[in-house]
Amino acid sequence: MATAALQMLTANRLVDGDVVYWRAGGWVQTFGEADVFAVQADADGALEAAKKFVTGNVVVNPYLFDVRDDAGDITPVKEREIVRALGPSVREDLGKQATGLGPPSARWRYRPPQGGGERDDDVSI
Amino acid sequence: MPLIKNGTYAEDGFSVVADDAALPPGGAIVSLARFKKERETLLARNTPLGVRLKADESPEALGEDVQRLSLVVLEFPKFRDGRAFSWARMLRTRLGFTSEIRATGDFLYDQLAYMTRVGFDAFEVSDKITPELLQRALKEMSLVYQPSADGRRTIAQLRQATSLSEP
Amino acid sequence: MYRYDEFDAAFVKERVEQFRYQVERRLSGELNEDQFKPLRLMNGLYLQLHAYMLRIAVPYGTLSAKQLRMLAHIARKYDKGYGHFTTRQNLQFNWPKLKDVPDILADLATVEMHAIQTSGNCIRNVTADQFAGATDEEIEDPRPLAEIIRQWSSLHPEFVFLARKFKIAVGASLHDRAALKYHDMAVEIVKNEAGETGYRVWAGGGMGRTPYLAHLMRDFVRREDILAYLEAVLRVYNQDSRRDNIHKQRIKILINAIGPEEMRRRVAREFEEIKAAGTLQLPAAELARIAAYFAPPKFEKLSDEMPDGDADFESWTKTNVHRHRAPGYAIATISLKPIGGVPGDCSHQQLDALADLLDRYAMAEIRVSHEQNLVLPHVRKKDLPAIFARLKELGLATPNAGLVTDIICCPGLDYCDLANARSIPVAQKIAERFADLDRQHDIGELKIKISGCINACGHHHAGHIGILGVDKKGVEYYQLQLGGSAAEDASIGEIMGPGFGEHEIVDAVERVIKAYTLLRINGERFLDTYRRVGMEPFKNMAYLDQLHAAY
Repeated sequence: MATAALQMLTANRLVDGDVVYWRAGGWVQTFGEADVFAVQADADGALEAAKKFVTGNVVVNPYLFDVRDDAGDITPVKEREIVRALGPSVREDLGKQATGLGPPSARWRYRPPQGGGERDDDVSI
Repeated sequence: MPLIKNGTYAEDGFSVVADDAALPPGGAIVSLARFKKERETLLARNTPLGVRLKADESPEALGEDVQRLSLVVLEFPKFRDGRAFSWARMLRTRLGFTSEIRATGDFLYDQLAYMTRVGFDAFEVSDKITPELLQRALKEMSLVYQPSADGRRTIAQLRQATSLSEP
Repeated sequence: MYRYDEFDAAFVKERVEQFRYQVERRLSGELNEDQFKPLRLMNGLYLQLHAYMLRIAVPYGTLSAKQLRMLAHIARKYDKGYGHFTTRQNLQFNWPKLKDVPDILADLATVEMHAIQTSGNCIRNVTADQFAGATDEEIEDPRPLAEIIRQWSSLHPEFVFLARKFKIAVGASLHDRAALKYHDMAVEIVKNEAGETGYRVWAGGGMGRTPYLAHLMRDFVRREDILAYLEAVLRVYNQDSRRDNIHKQRIKILINAIGPEEMRRRVAREFEEIKAAGTLQLPAAELARIAAYFAPPKFEKLSDEMPDGDADFESWTKTNVHRHRAPGYAIATISLKPIGGVPGDCSHQQLDALADLLDRYAMAEIRVSHEQNLVLPHVRKKDLPAIFARLKELGLATPNAGLVTDIICCPGLDYCDLANARSIPVAQKIAERFADLDRQHDIGELKIKISGCINACGHHHAGHIGILGVDKKGVEYYQLQLGGSAAEDASIGEIMGPGFGEHEIVDAVERVIKAYTLLRINGERFLDTYRRVGMEPFKNMAYLDQLHAAY
């Protein structure tokens, strides 16, 4: 289902390295509580506003990343962001996945999809 | 920019001269390129002369002329570029240079102790680095394992001294 | 093992306070991230995907019981209860908080440990054979020299802002268990024709984007001259390396660019000067003084018979117990590769229990191998059954040392900011596929090494089967390389061809291994068969049923 590209804004907290997400002029630890941008200008505006948290030594390296709407649940597109949102896929007792802070519908791609599903057959290197 | 020399703020008796600019009456700092080009004229002057080296310019290019310089300025284009540490050390050891080695450019408080060990004795600083902070930096690590241009006693030498003094 | 004197102890303490001040200035903003990053890296601190990661130095892979207990304590107090042993004999914690790191380092200092220069563009941890002091095939224990190099390289004022990282290893055995040829610089302890012991120096090896094997720099350096020679190499590197392209700044690139002959010439010039200056000479007395710390334990007179045990014990001794120089003793490998587990991980309970084990059997040391396992260097053969039983209780008795399920694997995309793909799940699935022990023994020695990105921390270039994870438009793909080796027969693996999806890679590996079992003769190892027949048969087999080939 084709929808407009959705984005979110993330960073790592300086003092403890924790993954945080942008919400309304600040940062939250819970993926599900964070802002989702459907409009590029909003995303860019948030990234710009995030800069003062860098110079203010609250976070490091804020950046935008793609998410998608999966039947009402927002989930990261890239595996890397799924890992950041949930925690290590090989230790499901660690990270945000263990404390309920992760995106509810994110799935680990490494488990082979049941019956066909999501393989991207048309990729070229 | 303020100059710290031998641990305190000092007047800078030199000015940096662009390659195509006229030489000032007082001490002049020229680029290596200009020094090579106008060597005779520059060395014939009766005023202190300094040469400023870029990070990729080895002091070896100065050859024996280095003894006739009052100053060598070593650039740090980016604090991560550590070539100048070797250049300073080379000036002090292989080239036997005993006059001022000055650091300019992007370097951190956290590098001052290393820089001093390899032979820098002057620093062009922003207001972030003061003589007090320099003193603090030099005291952070009171022991060193390896010899360097500063001739400081190493842990190995202290160990020997300790064992000699033991009954 | 080495024991700090008052000088070493003061040194690490001051280093902790130095870092504490750096953290303060970072948190207050006096240092920005760009300035702080090299400083924290030189204290082992990375910022990874979900947290910081702290890499603690384990010099030449040697640890005492006291140190194990402190690592367990740190895992509990500051982290999430476990650590990860690396391919350079160090230990990594994956969840420390920046604000706690000075305290962690202070705790480490109380047991003579630190995280000095375990990252950053400087000289890194000096590694050596995990069998040092125990194997009968070494000229002498390489660790005294490794310790001397460690001290010489610690906060060396000229070499803390090198163009890139610089890794040094010391070897002394015919069998190279320390991957010497893949190091920026390696020192091989050798005897010359006159029977004198000295050092052969290599430089320019490295993994990463463009792997290289080291070139010979000097065939024989006299003992007293070794630091002068090493300093000469570092000086030429610091002066002459490129600084304009981060991917072209390792010493391997420099030597390849100017040629080994020219490199040797430049180094020789520096070397003669440093020697003449005389300040870096290594007196025999000093070498002897350091060597005394590494004197082996007094070996008792014991029967050299291997005690009996049950079938589990027998299969464990088959792969995990190795010959020791002293009769009645053995070297034992503790596998950190339980089938389906995370390779190289060790829980705080296991760390504590190992400390107890060391004490119980009066063993002073444990070693970290280069393959993310642990090694007990001096085990009385008669104690083996009891030790095995205890290891079994602890989940540390997997009988797979050197077999197909003894996989080297980097943390990969599950942890690492640099990664393109996950590596650990691939290792787990391969191990599960080949879990059957009879099958493993039939396959024999097979070193699989997996990296989640081109930085090659999993040493995939040196794998008999190497696997590199790549990102193809957001999908994890895996490239196979065959025929690499990090041993004395060092070679760089050859890339097979297009990658395999994560749902195909285990099948592809299985087909490659099947090709080996069909082609082998005379009890050849996988590596030998590959070297004999080449890539073609393996490639044909691997892509046999592949649906997503030829991109």
